[in-house]
Amino acid sequence: MEQKQTRSLSTVRDGETVRIARVEAGRGLNSRLASMGLVPNVQIKVVNNTHPGPFVIIVKGSKMMLGRGMAHKIMVI
Amino acid sequence: MVLKKITVAIAGNPNSGKTTIFNMLTGARQHVGNYPGVTVEKKKGLCRYKGYEITFVDLPGTYSLTAYSIEELIARNFIIDEQPDVVVDIVDASNIERNLYLATQLIEMNVPLVLAFNMSDIARQRGMVFDIKQLSILLQSPIVSTVASKGEGKPELLDAVIEIHLRRGQDTVQHTKRINYGDEIETELANIETLICTAEKQLMEKYGSRWLAVKLLEQDSDITEKIKNKEILDAVTASTEHLRGIFGDEPEIIMADRRYGFISGACQETIKTTVESRHSTSDMIDTVVTNRMLGLPIFLALMYLVFLLTFKVGKYPMEGLELFFGWAGRSIAGFWPIDSESWLRSLLVDGVIAGVGGVIVFLPNILLLFFVIALLEDSGYMARAAFVMDRLMHKIGLHGKSFIPMLIGFGCSVPAIIATRILENRRNRLTTIMVIPLMSCGARLTIYMLIIPAFFPEVWRGPMLWLIYLIGIVLAIICIKVLRLTVFKGETIPFVMELPPYRMPTFKSLCIHTWQRGWMYLRKAGTIILAISILLWVASSLPKPDSKSLKGLNSDQARQVSLKYSLVGRLGQAIEPALRPLGFDWKIGTALIGATAAKEVFVSQLAIVYAVGGEDAGEMTLRDKLQANYTPLTGFCIILFCLIYAPCVVTVVMTKQETGSWRWALFQFFGLTVLAYVITLIVYQIGSLFIG
Repeated sequence: MEQKQTRSLSTVRDGETVRIARVEAGRGLNSRLASMGLVPNVQIKVVNNTHPGPFVIIVKGSKMMLGRGMAHKIMVI
Repeated sequence: MVLKKITVAIAGNPNSGKTTIFNMLTGARQHVGNYPGVTVEKKKGLCRYKGYEITFVDLPGTYSLTAYSIEELIARNFIIDEQPDVVVDIVDASNIERNLYLATQLIEMNVPLVLAFNMSDIARQRGMVFDIKQLSILLQSPIVSTVASKGEGKPELLDAVIEIHLRRGQDTVQHTKRINYGDEIETELANIETLICTAEKQLMEKYGSRWLAVKLLEQDSDITEKIKNKEILDAVTASTEHLRGIFGDEPEIIMADRRYGFISGACQETIKTTVESRHSTSDMIDTVVTNRMLGLPIFLALMYLVFLLTFKVGKYPMEGLELFFGWAGRSIAGFWPIDSESWLRSLLVDGVIAGVGGVIVFLPNILLLFFVIALLEDSGYMARAAFVMDRLMHKIGLHGKSFIPMLIGFGCSVPAIIATRILENRRNRLTTIMVIPLMSCGARLTIYMLIIPAFFPEVWRGPMLWLIYLIGIVLAIICIKVLRLTVFKGETIPFVMELPPYRMPTFKSLCIHTWQRGWMYLRKAGTIILAISILLWVASSLPKPDSKSLKGLNSDQARQVSLKYSLVGRLGQAIEPALRPLGFDWKIGTALIGATAAKEVFVSQLAIVYAVGGEDAGEMTLRDKLQANYTPLTGFCIILFCLIYAPCVVTVVMTKQETGSWRWALFQFFGLTVLAYVITLIVYQIGSLFIG
């Protein structure tokens, strides 16, 4: 297992591509996110991270909007 | 020839073109209803093909089949309980991996499955080449390519459905389709399966042991509740702990990961992508439409355009219908001799035609409004509107997603309240439901359409309508803020939402959407409103004053006296003291009472009150009469009051149903009425200082 420094998705800048390490959310939410493609190791590209307001990412070819609170809970490498 | 009947469920992700496929297959032969118990829309449609009568059921759009949301549970339960003969999963071929996640769950449920790779033309444009034959072997299900927006692939899809149905009938022994989760998980699954086979025979027959085991390991709340046997539950807990120890994560996440692994394995072998430019055009539009500075102005301008269009273009057919109903009233009245006092004539002309006609006249406007809303929904802009509004909505303690039901509220509060189901958090949902009536619905549009042209010059009509909608929005924002600080305190919950690529909606599906909503409105006009019109006609004609008190009066004055003497007149007069500070007289009061049944009734009620009590019922339209009787300030106060006060009975009932208690419904009803009274009072009193 690689032990690189993880950080919150909300700190990732526009245009950067990262991988999900884990999602620190409740169980229901976790499987909801999984069904939308947000699972560990998946690549995500941050499209919009302008403060304040929603967060836009691209996962598996679809554009998704996250709430800021959600972005805090997703840990990435 | 007797048609063989089969039922086919249509499943698929949101934005996969599921509805377009459904429309392609069934045309206009659709029936919209609700799933029993819950108010999630259930669409059914018929299709005759090669000796079969196929009933298609459009399941709610979902990303998976967990027990997490009502929609997913409904889709899942429909497949399990109703046992459709075939399930068709609509897959967006241009976004294959994510879309196949739902397919893996359907494969696991072991249902007779056909995959429709929709929008295959877009996929081809993107340079994707599919080895359909190989992929269909790997996914253990037949695959059909379709382009629903152009009607391509319909016979192929229907053939595949029938073939799968027939094959299901022939095979007595079904081999179980499965996804391999890897040794560690498979061992635990096998353990649980063995226990299920001995202890929960009934459940096993219904759901299949493999699927039950998978769901239990995923800690699916719905299935876990069904298991009574303690041994199984203990085994599941032990397995979960064991797997958690190995992987350092919840089993359900590992299993989701394995499903994606299965998908990407299958795709790697069978799909070749030459170009990687999925979002080019959409991205370009998005940089403008969701721009920090431009996003909000563009949204507001679009909304303004929507209402301008509704008003300007809708004017012509509306005037035509007005002429028609005027002519119809006169023709029917012509069957009776002049000056006859026939009650039947009065019922038909003043009750039925004036009442229903007054409502149907606005159908063009409402159809136009629904058409544009459908256009915004189908093109993908609606999701961007939520994005743009999120910044603002966040400030008042809701998130952008709440804006969608509120936007639908401009069409009708009833579907808007149903649409709050997209909100996962109950507090957010309740807050949104409470303020939805402040979004001016199509029914209230009929009131504005009557009042605004009566009092304001041509150039002011568009801006006036825009202003009244804006007032509703601003009030809603204030109410949300207040509610969030008092009744619904608590944190806002984070959310996820897809921004689908922009798409050109097909004219056919726009028309179907518009027609379905317009039909709902017409049905209301034909049933509830007709009944209320007759009831109100009775109430405004009875009881009759005795003939002595009418002596010496001419016929106009006699009508006036009769009306004042009637039940409606009395009720209106009874509340007049309370309404006078708002600038309203008893006639308006009477119409307001009627409008709580359905907002459109305000118009028909006023029409009846004036037709019955008018001085010269000749060529003067209702607008002329209003203009002669009230000032523009009163006119404005009427639309202001109608905007805010008590929601219609249907909305009240819906709020009760969706919130689960009369408490919220009554809170909404009385809260809004008080708000309307206070605001209108302030506006009228201050306005009178300047004008009067």
